[in-house]
Amino acid sequence: MAVTDRVQSPPPNTNQRASRDKSVKRLAFSQKVSKWDVKLSPYLYISPFFVLFAITGLFPLAYTAWVSLHSWNLIGGQGKFTGLENYEFVLAQPFFWNAVGNTFSIFLLSSVPQVVVAIAIAAVLDANLRAKTFWRMGVLVPFVVAPVAVGLIFNNLFADQAGLFNELLTGIGLDPVRWHSDSLASHAAIATMVNFRWTGYNALIFLAAMQAIPRDVYEAATIDGAGRLRQFFSVTVPMLRPTIIFVVITATIGGLQIFDEARVFDQAGLGGADRQWQTLTMYIWELGWGQRNFGRASAVAWLLFLIIVIIAMANFLITRRIATQGGRR
Amino acid sequence: MSSIPMIEQTAGKGAARAAQRGLGSRRRGAPGGTMRRPGFLTYGFLGAVILGSVFPLWWSFLVGSHDSSVISKGVPLVPGGNFFANAASVLDTIPFWKALGNSIIVSTVTALSVVLFSTLAGFAFAKLRFRGSKGLLVFVIATMAVPTQLGVVPLFIVMAKLGWTGSLWAVIIPGVVTAFGVFWMTQYLRDALPDELIEAVRIDGASMIQAFWHVGLPAARPAAAMLALFTFVATWTNFFWPFIVLDPSNPTLPVALQLLQAAHFVDYSIVLAGAVLSTIPLLLLFAVAGRQLVSGIMQGAVKG
Repeated sequence: MAVTDRVQSPPPNTNQRASRDKSVKRLAFSQKVSKWDVKLSPYLYISPFFVLFAITGLFPLAYTAWVSLHSWNLIGGQGKFTGLENYEFVLAQPFFWNAVGNTFSIFLLSSVPQVVVAIAIAAVLDANLRAKTFWRMGVLVPFVVAPVAVGLIFNNLFADQAGLFNELLTGIGLDPVRWHSDSLASHAAIATMVNFRWTGYNALIFLAAMQAIPRDVYEAATIDGAGRLRQFFSVTVPMLRPTIIFVVITATIGGLQIFDEARVFDQAGLGGADRQWQTLTMYIWELGWGQRNFGRASAVAWLLFLIIVIIAMANFLITRRIATQGGRR
Repeated sequence: MSSIPMIEQTAGKGAARAAQRGLGSRRRGAPGGTMRRPGFLTYGFLGAVILGSVFPLWWSFLVGSHDSSVISKGVPLVPGGNFFANAASVLDTIPFWKALGNSIIVSTVTALSVVLFSTLAGFAFAKLRFRGSKGLLVFVIATMAVPTQLGVVPLFIVMAKLGWTGSLWAVIIPGVVTAFGVFWMTQYLRDALPDELIEAVRIDGASMIQAFWHVGLPAARPAAAMLALFTFVATWTNFFWPFIVLDPSNPTLPVALQLLQAAHFVDYSIVLAGAVLSTIPLLLLFAVAGRQLVSGIMQGAVKG
C-alpha cells in the first residue's frame, strides 16, 4: 500500500503566477496540508467507531462494576459504597439461580437442535435444486419477523387452553402440555421461537461454507467408495468446523442474553408465577426497573458477563474437540 | 479423513482427472458428485421447512381475521372478514402510526449512519497506511464478542443525565456505527477498490476525503447496500434497549406491539392482527430485497 507515500507530493500545479516567491510559499503550505491530510485522515475516519464504543460499550461495562458496588436507586441515584453486598445478596437469591438454570436450559434447547437442523437444511439446499433462490429465500422469511411478534404468535400457538399445539396433541390422543406452568415445557416453547427465527439464517451460513468445500475432496471420497451419508459425516461436517464454531459462539453470546421472546410469553412479563421461564436478562430488568435497584441489577449484569465469557471460551474448546474427532473417524 | 490423503498418494492426479471425466462437466458439484436432480424426498423436506417458516405468519393472519367469539370455538382454516375491524382496534389500543413512524426514522437513520461511518473506517483500514492499523482492526473484531447489552444500567443513567430518556436519540446514538459494519466494509474494500484508483485521484490533487467520496464510496456500493439492509432489519426488530429507554407513548413498533398483550384482557384476534400489521413493512422489504439478504448472509459467512 505504497499509495499514501507516493502521493504525498503536491499536485503538479497549473498556475504560473508573477511572483515566484509567493507560489513557492503556497506550494510549501499545500504540501504541509497534504502531509497532515495523509497522516491524520485514517485516524479521523476510524475514530467514530472507537469513540462510540468507548462511550456506549466500554464505559457502561466498566461503570456497571462501579454501580454494582454501591447502593443505587433508579430514582434516588447513587447511594453509599457497599462493597460486595449486592453480590452477596444476589447470590443468596433463589431467583438468581433459578434464572441461571432457565437461561442455560433455554439456551441448550435452542442452540443444539438449531445447529443440527440448520446443517441438515443446508445439506439439502446444497443439492442440485430447481429454483434455488426461491428455497433459499423461503427459509429466511422468519428472519424478518421481530422477536416480539414471534413471541406473541407462538404464545398463542402454545396456549395451554385450546392452543393449536395442545389441540394437535389431544387430537392424537396425548395429554395436553402445560406450556405456561411447567418449567421445562415453557423453556421448550421459548426455544422453539428462537429456533424458528434463526435456523434458516444459520442454514444459509452453513450452505455458503459447504459450497466453499473443494470438489476434489468429494471426488477423492467417491473413488474411495464412500457413500453419500459417509461423505456427509466424514467430509462435510469436519470441513464445516470453523463455521460451526462461529455459529455456536454467536449463538452463545446472543442466547445467554435472551429477553424478547421470554418477556412476551405471558402478560406480566416477569417469567411466570414462579419465574418458570425468567432468564438472567429478565432478572436484571426486574431488579433494575421493576424494583428500581440499580446496584443489584448491575451485580447480576456483571455475573452474566463473566458467565458469557467463560461459556464462550469453553464452547470454543469443546466445539473444536468434537469437530476434530469427527474428522478422525 | 484418513483415507483421503491415501487416495491422493496412491491414485494421484490421473485418477482424479479420470473421476472428473466420469462425472461429466457441471457447474458445481453436489456432495456425492451426481448430476441428477434431487427427487421428491428433497423437495418434500424443503417444502415442509418452508411451510414451517411461513405457517406462524399465516396462523397469525387467520386468528387476526376472525372475531374473538369465533376463535374461542377453534380457529377456522380460512381467513375471516374481521381483519380490518381488528386492525382498527389495534390502532385504538396502541399509538401504531406513531410507532411506525418512529421505527422508520430510527431504522433509516441508523442504517445510513452505520453505512457512512463503517465505510469511512473500512476505507481507512483497507486502503490507507497508518501506525497501529492492524492492532486496531483486531480490536474492532474483538469487540464483536463483547455483550454490550449488559451495560444497560449505566447507559440508562447516562441517558437520564442527558435528559434523553424517552427520546429517539437514546435509541439511535448507541447504534450509529457497529464493529460488524467496520469489519464488513474493510473486507469488501480490500478486494473491490484497486490501490491504483486512489493513487490516480490523489495525483490529480484530490484530498483524502475527496478520494473517499469519489472513489471509495462508489466502489463500496454493493456491500454498503447489504450492510444498510441488515442494519435496518436488526434495528427494526430490536426490543430490549428501546423497551427500557422509550416511553409507552412514544414507542418503536416492537415496544408498542408488546403493549397490546400487556392490556388486562387479552384478545388474541387483536394481538395477532397487530403482529401481522407490524410485520407487513419488513415483509414488503423482504419481497423487494430478500435476494440481497440471502446473498449477504452467504457472503458474510465465507469471508467472516
